[in-house]
Amino acid sequence: MHHCLINNDPAVAPPELALGLWPERPSSRSDNLRVMTNDGRPPAPTALLVNGERREVRTEQDTALLYVLRNHLGLKGTRFGCGLSLCGACLVLVDGRATYSCDTPLWAVLDKEITTVEGLGPADRPHPVTEALIAGQAAQCGYCISGVTIAAVELLSHSDDPSEAEVRAALDRNLCRCGAHNRIVRAVLAAAAELRAGRGDAA
Amino acid sequence: MNPAARAVALPASLAANPRLGGWLRVLRSGVVEVRTGKVELGQGVLTALSQVAAEELDIGVARVRMIPAATGASPDEGYTAGSLSIQHSGSAIRLVCAEARGRYLNVAAARLGVPESKLTVADGQILAPDGRSTSYWELADDALLDRVASGEYQPKPPSAYHVVGTSVPRLDLPDKLTGRPRFVHDLSPDGLCYGRIVRPPSRGATLIGLDTTATLALPGVLTVVRDGSFLGVVAEREEVALGAADRLRAAATWERHQTLPDPAGLSGFLRSAAAETTVLAERGARPAREEVAASVAATYHRPYLAHASMGPSSATALFGGGHGGRAGSRLQVWSHTQGVYLLRAELARALGLADDDVTVTHVEGPGCYGHNGADDAAMDAALLALAVPGRPVQVVWSRADELAWAPFGAAAVVRVAADVDAAGNVLSWQHEIWGNGHSTRPGSTRSVALLANSHRAGGAEIEAAAEPPMARGGGAGRNSVSDYDFPSYRAVNHRLLDMPLRTSALRSLGAFLNVFAAESFMDELALAAGRDPVEYRLACLSDPRARAVIESAAGRSGWDNWSPAESAGHGIGFARYKNTSAYCAVVAEVEAVSEVRVRRLTIAVDAGLVINPDGAANQVEGGAVQATSWALKEQVRFDRYGVTSDTWETYPILRFSEVPAVDVELLPGNGNPALGVGETAQGPTAAAIGNAVCHALGVRVRTLPFTAENIVAAMPD
Repeated sequence: MHHCLINNDPAVAPPELALGLWPERPSSRSDNLRVMTNDGRPPAPTALLVNGERREVRTEQDTALLYVLRNHLGLKGTRFGCGLSLCGACLVLVDGRATYSCDTPLWAVLDKEITTVEGLGPADRPHPVTEALIAGQAAQCGYCISGVTIAAVELLSHSDDPSEAEVRAALDRNLCRCGAHNRIVRAVLAAAAELRAGRGDAA
Repeated sequence: MNPAARAVALPASLAANPRLGGWLRVLRSGVVEVRTGKVELGQGVLTALSQVAAEELDIGVARVRMIPAATGASPDEGYTAGSLSIQHSGSAIRLVCAEARGRYLNVAAARLGVPESKLTVADGQILAPDGRSTSYWELADDALLDRVASGEYQPKPPSAYHVVGTSVPRLDLPDKLTGRPRFVHDLSPDGLCYGRIVRPPSRGATLIGLDTTATLALPGVLTVVRDGSFLGVVAEREEVALGAADRLRAAATWERHQTLPDPAGLSGFLRSAAAETTVLAERGARPAREEVAASVAATYHRPYLAHASMGPSSATALFGGGHGGRAGSRLQVWSHTQGVYLLRAELARALGLADDDVTVTHVEGPGCYGHNGADDAAMDAALLALAVPGRPVQVVWSRADELAWAPFGAAAVVRVAADVDAAGNVLSWQHEIWGNGHSTRPGSTRSVALLANSHRAGGAEIEAAAEPPMARGGGAGRNSVSDYDFPSYRAVNHRLLDMPLRTSALRSLGAFLNVFAAESFMDELALAAGRDPVEYRLACLSDPRARAVIESAAGRSGWDNWSPAESAGHGIGFARYKNTSAYCAVVAEVEAVSEVRVRRLTIAVDAGLVINPDGAANQVEGGAVQATSWALKEQVRFDRYGVTSDTWETYPILRFSEVPAVDVELLPGNGNPALGVGETAQGPTAAAIGNAVCHALGVRVRTLPFTAENIVAAMPD
């Protein structure tokens, strides 16, 4: 039984190391990063749509989306893995398609809708994929899992009854080094079943 | 529970850190803080340790707050390594909590006016038979635990456990699965700036020319740091640091040298390089010539292996100024190191600081499978932080540096030889190893064991890895002594004195090749004698726990009901990790057409008392999948100058569609003490796959990995 999985229990709070070491929770604030340039002219603000909110960042247009998300917007859930679109740790949804944020420049996503792992659902009502991953304890270190989650959400958005082989094929661009693959596949299949059941209820 | 008649001997971790208050604090808010010297490596050890604490204190797991290890604030338990955290820290926490419970009950008894023996505890509430109660939280008093452990408080008997032995969900996973900041890469203190290192283009290259003009002209660059051949840059933003590092790289001139052996002749190099030869273990004499029906031998090879964690190494460091009112000359480091105290000592030694002027705090990182680049990244961050006092600097390694510059698991050659009787039974066994050692961790080498230091002006090279004693499990020699009842054996290690590529601890160390070699050779002997590999092993194995894992794995895999199919095969591998830790048997089923695919792994493990069955099964399965990846795909590629396998394309690992079905059974603990499970499956998995490949193809492949190239090379002409 997995209860109290998403909560503010003392035991599951991130370790408190020293005041102010963790980024603030994402908010609708604009760019919180200190932008100092040698010539004193910061880059002009750029607007983009992230997790349903309009955000402004100040950085160069060729900056990788990954750093915009992690540092300018404090959305640390998207991970740097390789910088070459080869491991999937940095996947985010861009207009619903799983996209490598490490290799996508800011200019390419200006008029698009970006969804990160933080945008999949509020903490008290996580996305069925996240819920199934937690229920199945489907991770070890968890570093790859944001990208895996995004890839799985994309798959289930157009295929509500994938076979195990289809799930594995859809996750093949995501690398996992700890060997949690089979748990992850079972969780994605469970999430698909949950989504189908939910749809049935609604009908 | 109650004071014992006689004090028990304190476990080593507790003897070294005997103050109860250093491990445990009871807070009025209804929380118990537990400080362990062990760190979360992504495998759930802090959850298991919280269960041990909750069990002895009779509180819910949710009341336990595990405090990340930090120098000056946590017990010093050395490294989190060797599958020993539950044995070391678990036994210490168990005794500390038993004594804390006893001392709180003592105070409660006086307050309630009832004998201690009449009190019961339920989730921290201390209840008297008449219904009156108090609680740990009401009685919370640091003075109660401000004393050294007496060893006089007997922990619960395992038969009374109700938290230990259950699959409590991981404490850290909800954060990690919902993308909340938790990794060392996510630290974001005020004023954070970003550092990148420009490594030499090859091993042993020296920096002979540098023009920093273009780099420093880049808006947002704070400084360039150069010390000998160590080169780095600090910038206000990460994207600027990345671009600056590219400019710096383009503006550096290096003198390159060929320092590595010819990769095509690696095995010859390993067997002929200068080495220190040691007899690791020896028993009995070689049999008389007339008893010996045959003397046989075979030689096995493993390549260098990379840790290849999904997240590159990272650290954040702050020199002077900063948080908490620290004085001006202090260095604070946040790291995913495996040993905060050992890293602190090494940083202090390298930088000429006093230990007390350095603090190292553990922050969780990506999966850690041994001595990776974490400590090196801490030194990188420290060197950059010294250049921008008062500003925290975060360093993240590139993927290329992670795959090319972190320590590797050592390449090695093992020759196994045996004398057998007419029935094929082993009369004597010889196991001989050639290769580099498996530990160059900080604290284990005379020279400073941090990569950046070896590149600084005057910095000494990291010296060749040493061999830890067999009593501590050995390094290259790990599992070189057989678990079978052979009348005589001899294990010899040739430890190389030069280290062309830095090697250090990678999950299971030498056991990966030693078990692969020994268990492949057992199959070779069984087949030569016309005997079934399972029967052959059981015939020379008297330890009932060893027999039980082999029988369980074979039975559940349907070993005796195998139906032959073209290009399909099954094989078994077994070992007791370190000869003293968990028992593990693996049956692999493979299909070998154009490439080897592992279809299924059936695994049985006896790890004694299991604190968290789901966590242990996750560890065993993860280890087996990683070992499958090593066995099928992985080898570090290099040329005479440097490492060339520095992307996921040149260092491929197993993907989702290639991962076998895995069936893990944890055998009942039967009252045996807890043994670690993180590394137990590595060797047996590789051996089982190799034996299955031979069963499928009729070809004995003795060189890892099982690539088409190595299989073809093993085919008879």
